[in-house]
Amino acid sequence: MTTAELVDMVTVVIDGFEISVPKGTLVIRAAEKLGIQIPRFCDHPLLDPVGACRQCLVDIEINGRAFPKPQASCTIPVEPGMIVKTQLTSPVAEKAQRGVMEFLLINHPLDCPVCDKGGECPLQNQAMSTGQGESRFEGVKRTFEKPINISSQVLLDRERCILCARCTRFSDQIASDPFITLNERGALQQVGIYEKQPFESYFSGNTVQICPVGALTGASYRFRARPFDLVSSPSACEHCASGCSLRTDVRRGKTLRRLAGEDASVNEEWNCDKGRWAFKYITSAERLTHPLVRDSAGDLQEASWPEALAAAVAGLGGKQTAVLVGGRVTVEDAYGYSKFARVALKTNDIDFRNRATSDEEREFLAAVVIKSTPSYLDIDRADSVLLVGFEPEEESPIVFLRIHKQVRKRALKVTAIASKLSIGNEKLKSNFVCVAPGAEPAAIKVQELTSKSIILVGERASESAGSLSAVVSLAKESGAKIAWIPRRAGERGALSAGAIGNLLPGARPVNDTEARVDLAAAWGVDSLPSQSGLSSDEIVNAANEGQIEALIVGGVDPLDSANSQQMLNALKKAFVISLEISHSDVTQLADVVFPVAAVVEKSGSFMNWEGRSRSFDLAVESFQRSDLRILSMLADALNAPINLPTVKSAAKEFDSLGMWDGAGAEFTSAPPSGPISLGNNEAILTSWRRLLDEGSLQAGEENLAGTARKTVVVISPTRAQAIGVVDGDQVSVSNAHGSVVLPVLVESIHDDAVWLPRNSRGSHLLATLGVASGSVVTVVKE
Amino acid sequence: MTTLTPVLSEHWDEKDSFTIKGYKRHGGYAAAAKALAMEPDAVIQLVKDSGLRGRGGAGFPTGMKWGFIPQGDNKDHYLVVNADESEPGTCKDMPLLLANPHVLIEGVIIASYAIRAKKAFIYVRGEVTHVVRRLNQAIEDAYKAGYLGKNIFGTGVEVDLVLHVGAGAYICGEETALLDSLEGFRGQPRLRPPFPAIAGLYARPTVVNNVESISSVPAIVARGAEWFSSMGTEKSKGMTLYSLSGHVVRPGQFEAPLGITLRELLDMSGGVREGHQLKFWTPGGSSTPIFTADHLDTPLDYEGVAAAGSMLGTKALQIFDETTCVVRAVLRWSEFYKHESCGKCTPCREGTWWLVQLLRDLENGKGTAADLDKLLDLCENILGRAFCALGDGATSPITSSIKYFRDEYIAHITNGGCPFDPHAATLFASAKAGA
Amino acid sequence: MAFTDKNIETMDSIIARYPRPRSAIMPLLHYVQSIDGFVTAEGIELVAKKLDLSTAEVTAVSTFYTQYKSKPVGEYHVGVCTNTLCAVMGGDAIFAALKEHLDIENDGVTADGKVSLEHLECNAACDYAPVVMANWEFYDNQTVQSAIALVDGARAGNPPAPTRGPNVLPTWKENSAVLAGLNDGHAHEGVQAGAPTLLGLEISKVKG
Repeated sequence: MTTAELVDMVTVVIDGFEISVPKGTLVIRAAEKLGIQIPRFCDHPLLDPVGACRQCLVDIEINGRAFPKPQASCTIPVEPGMIVKTQLTSPVAEKAQRGVMEFLLINHPLDCPVCDKGGECPLQNQAMSTGQGESRFEGVKRTFEKPINISSQVLLDRERCILCARCTRFSDQIASDPFITLNERGALQQVGIYEKQPFESYFSGNTVQICPVGALTGASYRFRARPFDLVSSPSACEHCASGCSLRTDVRRGKTLRRLAGEDASVNEEWNCDKGRWAFKYITSAERLTHPLVRDSAGDLQEASWPEALAAAVAGLGGKQTAVLVGGRVTVEDAYGYSKFARVALKTNDIDFRNRATSDEEREFLAAVVIKSTPSYLDIDRADSVLLVGFEPEEESPIVFLRIHKQVRKRALKVTAIASKLSIGNEKLKSNFVCVAPGAEPAAIKVQELTSKSIILVGERASESAGSLSAVVSLAKESGAKIAWIPRRAGERGALSAGAIGNLLPGARPVNDTEARVDLAAAWGVDSLPSQSGLSSDEIVNAANEGQIEALIVGGVDPLDSANSQQMLNALKKAFVISLEISHSDVTQLADVVFPVAAVVEKSGSFMNWEGRSRSFDLAVESFQRSDLRILSMLADALNAPINLPTVKSAAKEFDSLGMWDGAGAEFTSAPPSGPISLGNNEAILTSWRRLLDEGSLQAGEENLAGTARKTVVVISPTRAQAIGVVDGDQVSVSNAHGSVVLPVLVESIHDDAVWLPRNSRGSHLLATLGVASGSVVTVVKE
Repeated sequence: MTTLTPVLSEHWDEKDSFTIKGYKRHGGYAAAAKALAMEPDAVIQLVKDSGLRGRGGAGFPTGMKWGFIPQGDNKDHYLVVNADESEPGTCKDMPLLLANPHVLIEGVIIASYAIRAKKAFIYVRGEVTHVVRRLNQAIEDAYKAGYLGKNIFGTGVEVDLVLHVGAGAYICGEETALLDSLEGFRGQPRLRPPFPAIAGLYARPTVVNNVESISSVPAIVARGAEWFSSMGTEKSKGMTLYSLSGHVVRPGQFEAPLGITLRELLDMSGGVREGHQLKFWTPGGSSTPIFTADHLDTPLDYEGVAAAGSMLGTKALQIFDETTCVVRAVLRWSEFYKHESCGKCTPCREGTWWLVQLLRDLENGKGTAADLDKLLDLCENILGRAFCALGDGATSPITSSIKYFRDEYIAHITNGGCPFDPHAATLFASAKAGA
Repeated sequence: MAFTDKNIETMDSIIARYPRPRSAIMPLLHYVQSIDGFVTAEGIELVAKKLDLSTAEVTAVSTFYTQYKSKPVGEYHVGVCTNTLCAVMGGDAIFAALKEHLDIENDGVTADGKVSLEHLECNAACDYAPVVMANWEFYDNQTVQSAIALVDGARAGNPPAPTRGPNVLPTWKENSAVLAGLNDGHAHEGVQAGAPTLLGLEISKVKG
């Protein structure tokens, strides 16, 4: 860490109290530090000061010279010799504030009893503290048609709006999605959209949260509850590796909404719409409630826990077993799987990477990522950011917001190595290094970085052989930091917990005898398996070939796998124990199914891309057990106890293990693959998952799905001309597996490439084409 | 008796006064040549010495404004001419531009040179097509003559001038709103600081001056600071355009030294229309508190008008005789402010909405005496609480009219309606009476 | 109406006037009105595309300024100043008479699409009160009769010439192009000044 930065302090007097605050602090915030609350609406600490609502007027004098009129305390930075009198000590400020409040209320409807904001409304609260009980306004209030949908997810009641412009400033300054604006003028001024372009921003929900009145509401929460009937719990988001702090609001055991929590060092006060509005999967009709066991006729039947455990033990009996863990496990659950594999199954055949992977990636994770300590602060301080196999807006939206903040604040240089220019990269004004899919390594090598640069590497970098190796050597030469940002919330934690074949918990290399002995001692077992485990692809192959006869599968969707058909075959062939929230393609094929708790139904923690722990408590009471608890029961039943009966015990044990301080794994470079030659109408497939798509955790969220980006095939102008299509024409993308037909969008993409969303409505590449990137497909006009 | 001093208007009676030929006939563009031979700082000093103050309403010393532009900062500087003349009663810049756009262009060349701006803009209101035509043609002709462009008079000095046409928004006369508008945003005022001199157009150092201010510069350069400052009063130097309108025998433009009185202007132009008496008037547009016949001898300079409780503003003297209902007049002005409020801040946006409703009731005899106190209290809650001066301006006609004509407001209440015949106040009525 | 390649070229030349493209939004919207007669959806989308803005950002600007029309106006758009001074001097009477004569309300358009009517705020010609504007050209010192003659002439296709303006009143679209900064070649037409503008000069000359 660097030494504490020296900050100039300024001393001011507010309502007779002296306080020293850093230079540049706004008067309104200096007052907050004294516990003096100046009423405000347009002010928001993360938005540029605007001084529009005039609610925060105070009297100010500087070195004996008084301002002739009250000043907006949200726009004035402190100065030496400043004396501030707020409503508490200045009758002028008090009357000014009362006057502004009266003006705000003349056109505000008295519909608090039916307004969602009632009970948590800054206008309501401050009208009580700063307003007068009786209105002097006897005229005609402004009315509008109500409400209007500004997207499928957000509704606007214009007559409630007090025109503080928080929402429009957020969409412009923070999200760079200026699809809502202030329109018209004067008393007719109103928030609005262009009629044909709805407010489809991945971050739109934040505007609902920061609206100081009930003007913006979310379709899925509107009229559902009163704030005082809700029980709130701090929680962590399970949707990606950004690591947002959230608040989950529950009424009578049902999650009604989730809000962005405040965490200055991670998500500040924002989150994305997926984190906010995708939680119905918890209450889906497909939820599993009881264990299931396949009967002699081959049908799954509900069973008691002892029956299911017995069936599991019997099925496993002596079989060579491997563990496949999904990327959404908590750290504690991942630790449970990790320990279960080593202690109960005596194998290192475990992998959390149920997606396209490579051995190069596994080495990269064990040698580089496990020891790295990147953070959001590195982005704040970076002289440049390099994006490799990573689309921040789609794959880790809060990372996107943080980069964007620095781009806006100080024109941070961003370079993206990709085959297609994304909307997110346009917003980041990125230098777009356009390469053919597979040609990334050469482009990475020539980047000029410094020791203050940061390379943000996504999980898709593993899909281009040699990319990670190029990243490692670039970082070595330049001193730049590497941050690996997987898409799912559980992967970074699963890596630390050792849910991978080459690492034990706490960065202990499997092939390091000392490390194994150390861990065996801590676990109180004689020894640990010494052979490096198989990767997920290898496990699937081995299962198909009969070398692995049983699989323990937790939170895995076969359609995420790089080779889903192989995976399904493996599941059919092996004895399968499935730990799942809901009925799925895996439970369909499993022999024993254990229902598990969803995130809100348990406590635990995630580890975000920084390696920062994001712990959460149970928000919803449930009778469901965590994966960890079930694994512990199963281990007991196998007479190979892992002794992790509770989340707390797992967290404590994992913590006490600490990080291995011995030598780490060495990284061995992998070569890039050769160039791909293309025939007529052939292209190399490239894709990524969009933030809002057909992901299983978004199931049932129709309002949210309505704001997803349109599903299109993207090709370059050259290719468009060659196959004779223009924007909107239907195009077919096909290979031996199948074909996808979608409207085309001609955009900035490498001539050799064709892009489709990986898992969106009408475009499920892994299911339809069997591949998602890097392979040759045929692109023709339909 | 003050005598008129036509300088800007000296040759407006020549049919081709608006052409480059007509302008050059009387030494046009010689001042620019002279200025470009001086050091830029010497030009600034000259304008400072002349005592020229902004003619757009606020009266800020023009030379001082130029002096605020940081020099040697390696940033682009900009000059922006505010030709958004929209304040009710104000009608001096548009006729000036119609009659002689070249004097403004010459002023732009000199001012840009002084502040080291290579790019200048004229922001002209959009509702005056012929003014736009004349300006556009004049700029074209000035480019052709080599007075604008990369190498003015062969001196290597560069000034590009762009005409930017507004689209109907009074608020864009406010300099920071004008800058936002010119940058392509809604014309809403910006936070200050930073002031335009530090971060104006495109966040670069920018001077924003009124048409008349910039147009006064060539004469100052040509004839000297002393000549200019010999006119006017102690702190209000030079000549300026006074615009007389309303219930007078002969309305029009009068170029006179600062400090002339309304009585003098009325005397020389024939006075209030025949058979009528002066009731109230604005010294500088509708945003300046109204005056009455008691103020006929108030010197119309910055200090004199301020001392009498109003503002010199744009020297827009709107004259109303006794046939005019002051409540109707104030209501109409209030409707103007409501229509033109940009909507950014609460007191102005909501306040003008409320004021209009109260005044409508009063004018229609539906008000109460308590409404007058309410009006005054609301004005107190707007004045100095709004984001910019538009809100302040909206209160001026109300508070000043209640101050001088409270009885007339009360009469509306007791009469149950307006006691005036609107027809009697029209020009047609006096035409008939005269016939 | 579709924008032609020539139109796009003109738009590019308008954008090129400014150091930053966004500044061109106002002349471009005037230009859109010169092609389409008002700010059409197609116009908004085109301006957004040209300036790399969202359509919402363009809408925000176009709805702020009263000269940008969201629906069609007449070939001759007539504005009557009803700000205090003009209203008192006869503007109210003129506006009322025109509404009745044309049988339309404020912001209305005659059925033949020839004339639309709007009441205006101060148009900087107070010494010529009462003032009427047609396609933003000055008609000074109006009476009810002269204003009716103006709109009748406009409907018949031969409006009287402006008091201080070109020899022939251009159409709404033609004048919108002028406001977009395009030179229509009529700058030299019309008087250099009306009598009130010259009053002070005249008095000063008489008095010597």
